[in-house]
Amino acid sequence: MLPVVPSVIGYVFPNELHVTWTVMIVLYPYITGLVAGAFIVSSLYHIFGRESLRPIARFALVSSLAFLLFAPLPLLLHLGRPERAFNILITPSKTSAMAGFGIIYLTYLVIVVIEVWLTLREDMVHLAESRTGFARLFYRTLTLFDTTIDEKTKAFDHKVAKFLAALGIPVACFLHGYVGFLFGSIKANPWWSTPLMFVIFLLSAIVSGIAVLVFLFYFVSWLRKVPIDRACVGTLASFLWGFMIVDVTLELLEVLSIAYQQTREWEPLQFLILHKLFFTYVVVQLLLCSLVPFLFLAFNAIAKPREKLSNVLVFSSAVLLLVQVISMRWNVVIGGQLLSKSFRGYTTYVPGLWNKEGLVVAAVVFIVPFILLRFVDGVISLFPADTPLGAWWARRAAGKTPAVPAPFGT
Amino acid sequence: MSEEEKKGGTLSLPEPSEKKPGGSLARRDLLKYSAAGLAGLVTLGKIDDLLAESYPTIGGSYHPDEHWWGFVVDLRKCIGCGACVRACKEENSVPDGFFRTWVERYTFLKDGRVLVDSPDGALEGFEPRADVKPEEVTKSFFVPKLCNHCEQSPCVQVCPVGASYQSPDGLVLIDKTHCIGCGYCVQACPYGCRYLNPVTGTADKCTMCYHRISKGLKTACVEACPHGARHYGDLKDPNSEVRRLLNTSRYGVLKPDLGTHPKCFYIGLDEEVV
Repeated sequence: MLPVVPSVIGYVFPNELHVTWTVMIVLYPYITGLVAGAFIVSSLYHIFGRESLRPIARFALVSSLAFLLFAPLPLLLHLGRPERAFNILITPSKTSAMAGFGIIYLTYLVIVVIEVWLTLREDMVHLAESRTGFARLFYRTLTLFDTTIDEKTKAFDHKVAKFLAALGIPVACFLHGYVGFLFGSIKANPWWSTPLMFVIFLLSAIVSGIAVLVFLFYFVSWLRKVPIDRACVGTLASFLWGFMIVDVTLELLEVLSIAYQQTREWEPLQFLILHKLFFTYVVVQLLLCSLVPFLFLAFNAIAKPREKLSNVLVFSSAVLLLVQVISMRWNVVIGGQLLSKSFRGYTTYVPGLWNKEGLVVAAVVFIVPFILLRFVDGVISLFPADTPLGAWWARRAAGKTPAVPAPFGT
Repeated sequence: MSEEEKKGGTLSLPEPSEKKPGGSLARRDLLKYSAAGLAGLVTLGKIDDLLAESYPTIGGSYHPDEHWWGFVVDLRKCIGCGACVRACKEENSVPDGFFRTWVERYTFLKDGRVLVDSPDGALEGFEPRADVKPEEVTKSFFVPKLCNHCEQSPCVQVCPVGASYQSPDGLVLIDKTHCIGCGYCVQACPYGCRYLNPVTGTADKCTMCYHRISKGLKTACVEACPHGARHYGDLKDPNSEVRRLLNTSRYGVLKPDLGTHPKCFYIGLDEEVV
């Protein structure tokens, strides 16, 4: 049994007793990871032609936007002077990795907003034409009062959307890889300072993005009592399996290389891993949420179990991997601050509950993008009409209004 | 801009590039350009004056670019009284629980262990360690800590808005009217010298009492030190006390392998001190 760890062990510089980056900074890379991961999934269909992902491609893109809109919120809640947040855009320091945030974020936001609009435009036009009164005005406003749909506009929209999707891949990678770089470039902190951090953040982002889509796809299908699209889920599960293997391998390699080199930093890091982070890192991140989903997904891919068991395995793997990635963020962000830069001691962080940077606010910030997604789904179908979920939406819309919306594009 | 241009205003104006299609300048345009040029000269002259006066000059006698401040701590002399910590707290309104300077006690034991402590940053000095018997101790000493005012400051490097900067006289300072309080500099400082001030919501740290030294006064901690362990001074001045100490003593800096080039030097530094 592990010894009971007091709040401070050894010697910690007096200014380090307070952990500066709180649970909000755990949440920020988690949300941007979901942004990047969901976008990559949509690109697997739009750019790389994975036809089996068509049922979820549009939903993935809109999810990416929903998370993106709220990604800066934890940062704003964390800032000591949030009213000066725009200084990062007005006076960015060219030597700071963080100064790129505004530019990268806005670039990505513009790309995703335009791509989403182009992807949904045809549906908006059909909805505008099939409705009357306020609903008609609402949908017409969404189309920016351009309701022309013909082969020429379709081809143009498709071409531009595809270009943006292609452009979005490196920008999404940059958006999230740069978050990893923020940590990896801090030479003062041996738990952060590794060039691998950039790659690990990127891969874990893709894992979390696929996992959240698997989770939502199952959740929405079960909620609406429509059959699960097995081909789509199967492809997602395969990608999830592949990306999580590379991700976890790199996470392990990072620690193993420091351990094997037996550098000066290894001794305090070993204590950090085996004591301060034993539960969140060893038990949760590695054993429960990496090993178990790896076995589940491997079994699912190799043994091809019957549908019901497969659904349970894939769904629970997605949930576990969502926990894996947030625990990874916690272990990096919080773990790195528990070890004193004196290398002689460790502090403790217990998040507040109700304060500005507490757990309740963090939970609300995390849930809001899902509520936004639900709201968007009420306005426009996020699934193609010829898929079970898209057909469900069309049936619901038909029940509400006399005119049935025209068939949806993809 | 050359030195001559900075001082005197012999700035040459760019030639007007826009010409009438006809070739030579119209008279009205010539007048316009002349007026603009004259106005420009006057304005540039003003800007030049402003630039020359943008550094704080105290009674016209303090010119930051004439100095390069450094700090020397003679570890052989520190007695761990904590007077420096108290003086700093009072002088700079340092909030409770945070420190612009603090003092550490290193205790070396016969079994090879090295114990370090700094109860409340040594605000009230030190009591004998209750967990160690005197006969177990081989040696013990005190180490005052403060911002190292690094030449290659990681904190200045990472500040996303340029609120952390190095002054022309070599001090790392924070514009607290511009800082957004992101805390990235706190993470980047390898020495634990920075904190987010809960009162102002901005990053905070030792300024080497800039408001005092620019008036020719000593820093609060140097003023308070009863044993002459702390010295600040101008590294540009070959006759300054800090130069004399560095020229005549063996010294070290903290974490030199990180390439930060600290300007806080420690005489009698032990390798266990980080």
